[in-house]
Amino acid sequence: MSTLVAPVNEPPSPSSRVHYLNASYGIRSWLFTTDHKRIALLYLGSITFMFLVGGIAATLMRLHLIEPQGALFEPGTFNKLFTIHGIVMVFFFLVPSIPATLGNFLVPMMIGARDLAFPKLNLLSWYIYIVGALFTLYAIIAGGVDTGWTFYTPYSSSYAHSQVIAVALGVFITGFSSILTGLNFVVTIHKMRAPGLTWFRLPLFIWAMYATSIIFILGTPVIAITLFLLALERLLHIGIFDPAIGGDPLLFQHLFWFYSHPAVYIMILPGMGVISELITCFSRKRIFGYSFVAFSSMAIAVISFLVWGHHMFVTGQSIYAGLIFSVLSFLVAIPSAIKVFNWTATLYKGSISYQAPMLYALGFIGLFTMGGLTGLFLASLATDVHLNGTYFIVAHFHYIMVGGAVMAYLGGIHFWWPKITGRLYSDGWARFAALVIFVGFNLTFFPQFMLGYLGMPRRYAVYPAEFQVLNVMSSAGASILGIGYLIPLIYLLWSMRYGPPAGPNPWRAKGLEWETPSPPPTENFEEIPVVTEDAYNYAHSGGETRG
Amino acid sequence: MADLAAHSAHPPGFAHQFEEMDQQRAAGNLGMWVFLVTEIMFFGGLFAAYTIYRSLHPQAFEIGSHLLEVQFGATNTAVLICSSLTMALAIHSAQTGKSKSTIIGYLIATMILGAAFIGIKLYFEWYHDYVEHLVPGINFVIRPEWGHSGSQVPMFFCFYFFMTGLHALHMVIGIAILTVLTIMTARGRFSSEYYAPLEISGLYWHFVDIVWIFLFPLLYLIGGRYGSGVH
Amino acid sequence: MSGQEPHGHVVPVGTYLGIFLALIAMTGITTGVAYIDLGPANTVVALAIAVVKMLLVVLFFMHVKYSPGLTRLVIVAGFFWLAIMVAMTLSDELTRHWTPESGPWSMLLPFLTKFF
Repeated sequence: MSTLVAPVNEPPSPSSRVHYLNASYGIRSWLFTTDHKRIALLYLGSITFMFLVGGIAATLMRLHLIEPQGALFEPGTFNKLFTIHGIVMVFFFLVPSIPATLGNFLVPMMIGARDLAFPKLNLLSWYIYIVGALFTLYAIIAGGVDTGWTFYTPYSSSYAHSQVIAVALGVFITGFSSILTGLNFVVTIHKMRAPGLTWFRLPLFIWAMYATSIIFILGTPVIAITLFLLALERLLHIGIFDPAIGGDPLLFQHLFWFYSHPAVYIMILPGMGVISELITCFSRKRIFGYSFVAFSSMAIAVISFLVWGHHMFVTGQSIYAGLIFSVLSFLVAIPSAIKVFNWTATLYKGSISYQAPMLYALGFIGLFTMGGLTGLFLASLATDVHLNGTYFIVAHFHYIMVGGAVMAYLGGIHFWWPKITGRLYSDGWARFAALVIFVGFNLTFFPQFMLGYLGMPRRYAVYPAEFQVLNVMSSAGASILGIGYLIPLIYLLWSMRYGPPAGPNPWRAKGLEWETPSPPPTENFEEIPVVTEDAYNYAHSGGETRG
Repeated sequence: MADLAAHSAHPPGFAHQFEEMDQQRAAGNLGMWVFLVTEIMFFGGLFAAYTIYRSLHPQAFEIGSHLLEVQFGATNTAVLICSSLTMALAIHSAQTGKSKSTIIGYLIATMILGAAFIGIKLYFEWYHDYVEHLVPGINFVIRPEWGHSGSQVPMFFCFYFFMTGLHALHMVIGIAILTVLTIMTARGRFSSEYYAPLEISGLYWHFVDIVWIFLFPLLYLIGGRYGSGVH
Repeated sequence: MSGQEPHGHVVPVGTYLGIFLALIAMTGITTGVAYIDLGPANTVVALAIAVVKMLLVVLFFMHVKYSPGLTRLVIVAGFFWLAIMVAMTLSDELTRHWTPESGPWSMLLPFLTKFF
């Protein structure tokens, strides 16, 4: 039984009105669109497909790991599986997920604009993503890659006999998709806000997208040049990472992680932005400490660039540099913690309801906190020596990436689905799926903390027999998690055809995007709105004024 | 509706997602500058790696640098500075409402100078290096007179070819952009009110010039050119 | 709309020519100085001249002197981030072979023994 507020009058069916979905028909109207909302849906389809590809790799890995001697694959094949899982999930799912789907759809709407600043660049960014994805899919079909998603030299540059160049090029190309998205968002947010919409009246989702875009712009070019250099070295059999001519394999790691650490904040910051929107709406309350949350997003974006060496504590980096990176890594946890405190304080004395988006948000807060706290064990040099290269790391980042980012992504999809499609889905099924995902997730990854602490290395196709029970638990959890992910696919697609019309604002949420019909017209707003109030101006304040 | 009336009064080149031409112009400029920042980081990876290896292998880098010919590097620097001038004058002509042929003249001059840069590089430098067996991965030969740091001289040449190669690629793209701009100008697309594509392409061109302004001393002038050079 | 002042600041041609001549002159100077033995200062001088040339191009040819503050912030951010990448990578590459020495300060922070 849905607990959404029933509209006073039955809203018009989405098919009775002209909006962005039915304004034009045919495949050309989609493939040549410049409407940010259609481009968001193009991305949604593409990244869902890549999520399935990465998910299949994960499923195969977890099935293999049921047996200590490996149930299914040769070690070489297992290496290819974890490599493909990492590359596809990081570069082709998590990095674009919220920015390219929810960001593309919502950024113009939340700031009262008709589109992004550069709509054609937006379409180009999707095509670039597709080309990069095709290179990667080709690489998978042509034999796969076995270097790990981190492509460490000299194995990747000199010794690997796999499709390194194809995948490196694929990721290189897709990087430009991110760069264009980030560029578009930064210019749009600076130059296209509606009258009255000052920076400190922006929804926190916009602050999060802005901070993410800074990382896109400053970090992605570095991995682009790094992978390009790697491909060149493989091609020419000589290059700047080659020790024979004085090269340093660790330099590759520096350049790689200079992007790839901030990249993990690309993956989580948008999720944090979503959570700010969900927590406020489903507690009917203003965010506690708006400016703290806004500034913490910017702080994360900046400090994230100063900590990359913590991935290299045990690979030969100077211990002096290690000290600096360790201290800074502790520092970067602080803005994240500030956000968690502010969300919790927002919940306090709020009028809380537990629809599916809120379940995802609450799950996020708990699981992200666990993942984040375990990061501190890894930031500390002494404990990292023991935990690096083990399943502790795997669990740590999956708690944040899956327990955090993916939950936030699903929460956001469920929250804005009525706006995007004009349809309501079954909240009962949605809540059930959220619980299945939560249970499956914890069963998959909590045992991995224990495995890592007990010493099981990561990226190994075989393991000592005493670890089997925990591995089987993890694999069982993975199957539950997989089922949990499939359920929303079914009811969300079903709702597009058979769901009841949503009306403009089924959640009674605050925000400019909710003041348009669902689905919105192509130009978003008949007249550009004028903004006169702060964000999250819910009536219920719990005694807290804008802070 | 107010919006429709405003739309019909906007000059050519106005894009519907904006409310005012000034807003569009400011957005275009900001967008190009943000893109140039990504280029700073893109080239920056190479400059960072260069800095590290030059610190670690100073002799090898000096030997390699002395094998380059300063006169071509210096000439090319001057060629690019001229091309920046002609590019700036092309925009200036558009701003001040000069004729299409004036603008096109400056654009073509810029393109010719860019092509000259690439010609000098390709023929007098890269081809010459190929003949001298100085191309890593293709035909590099370590010379005994380089001494114990000889095995690292290919590292310098890796940077030389990667950095000047990436730079040359950006020049070629720039020339392609200028070709498009020339055609647009010939078709009368620009005026003193709307010349944004010229302006932002100018920013790109000047950026490529600046990269070379740094490449010249970093590649050609390591350790000075006084005395015999080789230690 | 025609007949109105063109949008964007118009830099006089004379300024452009002056900047051009300065850039050419500095190219000549940097080349000439390379033939004089200044030891390590050769590199410093060459880079300093390159920075000045860059500033001239940025401020005048690229109109940053007449651009809003946001443009300057964006440019500064780009160079600042490049500096982060170079500096912190160097902090590893240059210190990798430092051996910890023992002394009264080493108990506090290992690298201090390099300085005391």
